[in-house]
Amino acid sequence: MSTPVIDISDVSKRFVIRKEKSLKERLVNFGRSNLHKDDFWALRDVNVTIGSGTTVGLIGPNGSGKSTLLKLIGGIIQPNTGSVQLRGRLAALLELGAGFHPDLTGRENVYLNAAILGISRAQTDRYFDAIVDFSGIEPFIDTQVKFYSSGMYVRLAFSVAVHVDPDILLVDEVLAVGDEPFQRKCMERIRGFQHEGRTIVLVTHSLDQVAELCDRALVLERGRVVADGEPQQALRVLRADFESTRQNEIERAQARATATAAGALPAGRIGWAAVVDDRTGEQVTEVRTGDSIRVRVQVEPEGSLSDWVLGVGLQTAMGTTVFGTNTQLLDVETPRLDGPAMFDFRLPDINLGEGLYTVRADLVGRDGHEIHRVLEATSLQVQGDGRSQGPLAVDSTFQRA
Amino acid sequence: MTIESQSRAERLAAEPMRPAGPRPGFVTGTWRSVADLHAHRELLDLLIRRELKARYKDSVLGFFWSLAKPLAMLLVYYVAIGKFLGAEQVPGRPGGIPGFAIFIFSGLTAWQLFSDIVVGGTGSIVANSGLVKKVYVPREVYPLSVVGAALFNFAIQMVILLGATVLMGEIPTGRRWGYFFLALAVLIVWSTAVGLLLAAVNVYLRDVQYLIEILIMILMWASPILYAWKFVGSHIKGLLLDLYLSNPMTLVVLGFQRSLWVAGSDEPYPAGLGKMLAAALAVSVLALWICQRVFARLQSNFAQEL
Repeated sequence: MSTPVIDISDVSKRFVIRKEKSLKERLVNFGRSNLHKDDFWALRDVNVTIGSGTTVGLIGPNGSGKSTLLKLIGGIIQPNTGSVQLRGRLAALLELGAGFHPDLTGRENVYLNAAILGISRAQTDRYFDAIVDFSGIEPFIDTQVKFYSSGMYVRLAFSVAVHVDPDILLVDEVLAVGDEPFQRKCMERIRGFQHEGRTIVLVTHSLDQVAELCDRALVLERGRVVADGEPQQALRVLRADFESTRQNEIERAQARATATAAGALPAGRIGWAAVVDDRTGEQVTEVRTGDSIRVRVQVEPEGSLSDWVLGVGLQTAMGTTVFGTNTQLLDVETPRLDGPAMFDFRLPDINLGEGLYTVRADLVGRDGHEIHRVLEATSLQVQGDGRSQGPLAVDSTFQRA
Repeated sequence: MTIESQSRAERLAAEPMRPAGPRPGFVTGTWRSVADLHAHRELLDLLIRRELKARYKDSVLGFFWSLAKPLAMLLVYYVAIGKFLGAEQVPGRPGGIPGFAIFIFSGLTAWQLFSDIVVGGTGSIVANSGLVKKVYVPREVYPLSVVGAALFNFAIQMVILLGATVLMGEIPTGRRWGYFFLALAVLIVWSTAVGLLLAAVNVYLRDVQYLIEILIMILMWASPILYAWKFVGSHIKGLLLDLYLSNPMTLVVLGFQRSLWVAGSDEPYPAGLGKMLAAALAVSVLALWICQRVFARLQSNFAQEL
């Protein structure tokens, strides 16, 4: 275990949502003030230790406490119970535009921001050119920042934060505001930081970013840490969670439609899905590159079901879809169903590289609304020939041209 | 692991863990607060500059406006109270206040500093919410930057005031300056204490900033700024008079007049003004300490209330 630089122990944070703020309201409601209060636990019993040099992604649905946790680490708010301990210099990129004074120029704000991060004037002088150069907003550096676009704000703020030699860098979702070249530049800088052994805590909704950058991911849900570990595993937990939320929404929509009875939505579900060998018809969990397989899906209609579209897809462990098709794309008429039935998608000679893949199956109405979807219906381990990497297997050779 | 990351990890391992955010402890935290502030003195310096720069950033006349207000007040009071109400001593009308312009301006200068620090300090945390929510720095720097900026304006007013005394040929010299520095010390410490406390309270109760503006206006009449001390003694006595004199600002204003208002050297002053100022200084220092501790206690929830 490397040196711990952030130690969060038994941290809980409660927000009191008060609906009144002025003296008059408080006086009028004095004594009844509990009626005007709501407790909200933003974080509950969080225990996390982050070692030096790790890049940690904080992920979770909106309102799960990610930003609150980041602010606790930054010392901006204090926990109700427990403690947060740190080592080393901390730089934080939290809210868009926070930390800039709108009436001052970009140049003055760089100095102000650097001073907030604990950098002396002389040091800032040394870094100044690099900061401006990295931000790429040199022509506007002597303009008051209130005239900046949100992208320019972020560019300058990020630029200051990465040039002050932090040991710990906290980044909230703000980076998404920058344009693509700048985001790429940020990612490069973050990789450089990883190489230099700096600790980075990242809040993001871009799950690909987490898979790509982080060594560790924390999934938060309603203020609790529900998964902590390898990004792949954490992302699976989060995706499953999103999926169940979505499923609930669909069921609610179906229930609503049934209740109004005007046009009951077609209902049904995917019973199960399995991968079977194309020749023998037996279920398999492991195949070799180039084998022919079938994806068998059982559809269970509720009552009768017509005008439906069935789709399947293959995803890598990171959640990237490498293959997907459905009956509409294949131009197949689906029959009216009055009872459970099984269907096969035949996938001859699959060119998949070595790795674990998950099989997704979805059932959709012809008008596009979703009936049922199973994100990880089954999984498939592909054995490669050891001659290539990546999800696409190509029988490649090498020779002098 | 690269060599660089290893050496970083080793360096960090040697550092002790520190709590994120403000330090706990009511009494033990005092020293840490002071040390924290000392470590952020460059930031304080920048914030004072910002305070001064940003205030009149887009105005054509800029700094002139910070002088315009006290000068306008001086003019209004001089004409309205001095001339129309006859408070000024003129030949053939004894019993008035001699050197009325200097008298009023020395009181106003002291009061202006107090009002700048208290009103500015009260709003300082809310006004800097963008910074408060960004990263942890000792939050005292925001009210203190207001103090710094107010002192700058005060210095300019003092230059004008001293210029006026030179013009009138009534230059304060010698031991009178002892009163000035003692009074100034009380003024700074006391107003900083009040400013710190109200800055913290204002975060939770925004009404305070409006309330304080009215109070400042009213309290101005509770000190002998626009009228002379000699008129007070003939109207109130006993406990009420003690109460009047126990207002630190009354003592400060009297101290300013005692040193800068040369024409009023023969006017009456309360007995033992120097001792009272010294006592007020002691009380103010205690108040500053208590207010800072209250501020430190309240600041932990600033970010979520803003």
